[in-house]
Amino acid sequence: MATLNVLILVCLGYVVLLFGVAFAADRLAAAGRGRWLRSPLIYTLSLSIYCTAWTFYGAVGNAARSGLEFVTIYIGPTLVMISWWWGLRKLVRVGRSQRVTSIADLVSSRYGKSNTLAICVTILAVLGGTPYIALQLQSITLSFSIFAEADPSGLYREGSSVFWVAAGLAVFAILFGTRNLDVNERHHGVVTAIAVESVVKLFALLAVGIFVVWGVAGGIGPIMDRIDASEIGQWQVDGGRWTAITFLSAAAFVCLPRMFQVMVVENDDEGHLRTAAWAFPLYLLLMSLFVIPIAVVGLDLLPAGSNPDLFVLTVPLSQGNDWLAMLSFIGGFSSATSMVIVTAMALSTMVSNHLVMPIWLSMQESKSSVSGDVRTIVLLARRISIAVIMCLGFFYYRLSGGGAALASIGLVAFAGISQILPALVGGLFWRGATRTGALAGLSVGFGLWIYTLLLPGMGGWVMPETVLQNGPFGIGWLRPQAMFGLEGIDPMTHTVLWSLALNTIAFCVTSLLSFPSPLERLQGAQFVNVFDHSVAPRGWSGSVAQSEDLMIMTQRILGAAPAQEFFQLEAEKQGGRGRLPEPTPGFLERLERELSGSVGAATAHAMIGQIVGGSSVSVEDLLAVADESAQLLEYSGQLEAKSAELSRTARQLRDANAKLTQISMQKDAFLGQVSHELRTPMTSIRAFSEIMRDTEELSPEEKTRYAAIIHDEALRLTRLLDDLLDLSVLESGQVSLNMGEATLHAVLDRASSTALAGAERPLKIKRTKVSERISLHTDLDRLGQVFINVISNAQKYCDAAEPVLTITAHDVGGQAVVDFVDNGSGIPPEAQSMVFEKFARVGIDKAGGAGLGLAICDEIMQRLGGEISYLPGQGGAAFRVSLPLAYRQAAQ
Amino acid sequence: MSRKVLLIEDEPNITEAIRFLLTREGWQVETHAEGTDAVQVILAAEPDLVILDVMLPGKSGMDVLRDLREHENMARLPVLMLTARGQSRDREMAENAGVSRFMTKPFSNSEVLTAVRDLHAQASQS
Repeated sequence: MATLNVLILVCLGYVVLLFGVAFAADRLAAAGRGRWLRSPLIYTLSLSIYCTAWTFYGAVGNAARSGLEFVTIYIGPTLVMISWWWGLRKLVRVGRSQRVTSIADLVSSRYGKSNTLAICVTILAVLGGTPYIALQLQSITLSFSIFAEADPSGLYREGSSVFWVAAGLAVFAILFGTRNLDVNERHHGVVTAIAVESVVKLFALLAVGIFVVWGVAGGIGPIMDRIDASEIGQWQVDGGRWTAITFLSAAAFVCLPRMFQVMVVENDDEGHLRTAAWAFPLYLLLMSLFVIPIAVVGLDLLPAGSNPDLFVLTVPLSQGNDWLAMLSFIGGFSSATSMVIVTAMALSTMVSNHLVMPIWLSMQESKSSVSGDVRTIVLLARRISIAVIMCLGFFYYRLSGGGAALASIGLVAFAGISQILPALVGGLFWRGATRTGALAGLSVGFGLWIYTLLLPGMGGWVMPETVLQNGPFGIGWLRPQAMFGLEGIDPMTHTVLWSLALNTIAFCVTSLLSFPSPLERLQGAQFVNVFDHSVAPRGWSGSVAQSEDLMIMTQRILGAAPAQEFFQLEAEKQGGRGRLPEPTPGFLERLERELSGSVGAATAHAMIGQIVGGSSVSVEDLLAVADESAQLLEYSGQLEAKSAELSRTARQLRDANAKLTQISMQKDAFLGQVSHELRTPMTSIRAFSEIMRDTEELSPEEKTRYAAIIHDEALRLTRLLDDLLDLSVLESGQVSLNMGEATLHAVLDRASSTALAGAERPLKIKRTKVSERISLHTDLDRLGQVFINVISNAQKYCDAAEPVLTITAHDVGGQAVVDFVDNGSGIPPEAQSMVFEKFARVGIDKAGGAGLGLAICDEIMQRLGGEISYLPGQGGAAFRVSLPLAYRQAAQ
Repeated sequence: MSRKVLLIEDEPNITEAIRFLLTREGWQVETHAEGTDAVQVILAAEPDLVILDVMLPGKSGMDVLRDLREHENMARLPVLMLTARGQSRDREMAENAGVSRFMTKPFSNSEVLTAVRDLHAQASQS
């Protein structure tokens, strides 16, 4: 007989082994090695966490009590794995692409990130999970007690051992479940340890089975005879209950937090499901293979009244096979520990994420903005949650006293957790499902589960017998175990039927009647159409063709040179030949980091996701992108304003430049004109002076004539220079006006006599003296200069046979208006607009004017606050001079 | 044999000076002061040489020369161009238009005479 001390040593040794395995696996994973850690085999073995101590011990107990019914617990998951693997694939894909951390997270995420739903699911999971944890603790304690009974030292204390077991499991879960700083990281260590445990428990159960069949019963033939003889062998199928339990186990397989943890959260590659789809049912088959023989032999061998839940242990013990019993104990211990650890991890994630963190954040909000490392807070919350959940399990165990049969506690938990199913499956496949619908369904199902199964099961002090018999307040159709008058069926079936049916109906009807929020619709589309949105199942991965796209994108963000340098470096690191690196996950992660420095993490992730298609863009991503975009928009708004300012400045510069160019061209043209005007008289002067110098035989007449030409041309030059200087002074605005008082009549008198003095051709001037009695206050000399110019132009250019110039004056609203109209052919319309331009001479200038006269007049009139303009349609050439009666220089 | 020169110039004094100079050299000098019909006048006068001003009323000397060169037998008529503007761009334009010699005002009489003699001699040889 093995002593308790040996047992404890073996236990401790086993736990140390598990620690070692988990630690090594974590180290390997952290180092990026150990690909086998992510193999389909490990994944499948980790799924076998489904088989807890309840299955290990309880299946035999169940078989001993109810015959083949235990099989239903295995049929459910098997059916799911074989016929609904595509649904699981969708679940896994959604979980991966949305980066969910728990089933509560998934449900809340689907229904528009509703924390109310998350809290509901979390509470449900904790309520369902706590008895389950207690169940594991109980199984360990029971198995301990079997050995303790035989231990002579009598040192065994049940209470303290449960406590230490619970504490040890908590430490393990905290150490390996919350070791990583990144809460989304997979827990390779724990998963690997669980895989090892699942091998151990299968091995143990098979060993006991083989021992029972061949060692005790004496082979397959005899054991078959024994089974036939036993009650268990009778094929009694309660169709309703079987269907209910099969369905429950199937639902629980999908909904249980720990199953979700290993199946979805810890999943590395959704391809692993393909292996698990046949390997996991195979595992279940092996697990159930020897259940009936052990039960039958146990019933035969052991005295009546022995706990059939412990046949796996007691049968080898009764046969004196201590080491096999020890192995069996380790198997049960494995089943219990693995379940407790993963459940604690999964529940703690939910509790910390959906209960603790929201409260903590809202408390922070009231103080100041959230700062510091939130992750350490999250981890702390998770560690405390694990401890609390273990405590809950411990206290539940102490309170319940460990009396109820293992299997029934398990089934109650199954029924509770299954209430999530309608919301979960509906959310995956039905876009019309809404948050309100999910809440309604969950509440109805949860309520019914408590009312019809949980409370009645707790005994008379919670739910009096009268309520069970007659219904609350005597309302018959509300009897917890005979709702709506449905009597005579098994309570479990009754609960499953009503809770899930009403849950589903409430879910569907409320969904149809309520309207989803935009976020819900968005998330709904993401979930239901997850296969359209996402492609690759693991991290970042891509083909070389995508490297080019990535390069193009990176160049746009980082600029050409830094992008090329980065890619070159990466390509060299990979040792590749080309300039483009393979889009390995590592490279993509580094690229994402590089890009997030420029465009923000969310945008970078979304952009790479777009190209590589590795993960769909979650709503959080989108919101983060929107956030960043808002900042960018604001920034780009500023940039835009700046750029508008710049372009305005550029336009002004361009305009100024165009003006300068124009001025420069005008200056060139002007200089060309001046050059021409100067060179022309100089040419005559030079030519004739050379003639006079070089030609001896000139007649006196010729000499006189040529000297006259030279003289005239010299005068012309002088006039031109005078005009140029005058114009230059006027244009520069530096002219000082010599103001005086006179009547218009007097000014015109002086001007006409000056203009006509020495004129060869006669010009008759018609004036109306009465109208000229306008007194003026202006620069009289400058005004006279304008009049002289206009009159002498008429004298020079009027082509009428008898040239007549008519001068009329008006006083129009404080303005003196003087019109000069001759009887010539006038100025052609196309030339009218340019008569005031410098050097604008119309036709052949026989009079030898420089063409500056009217330009000067224009400048003078502007100085005097008036203007000179050409009047078209007057028959001859017609000019109008208008000016203010009293010009105030200050007004300029 | 009489040598005929057609002088197209709108400044009467310059026209008179050149007429004086060339007549003494034995040229028959015809004159015209308009740009507009200058090409027709040249074609009609059939001169041995043309002296052309650039700044002419109605049509610039450049355009006159360009149009003239497009007429048959007028490609090689010696044309001496005179301008008072004297910008380098004008020389370029004149050369593109097919000028034989380009001179800037004011010129020395001997320059004009030499140019006329050279141009005539070249034209006679070929």
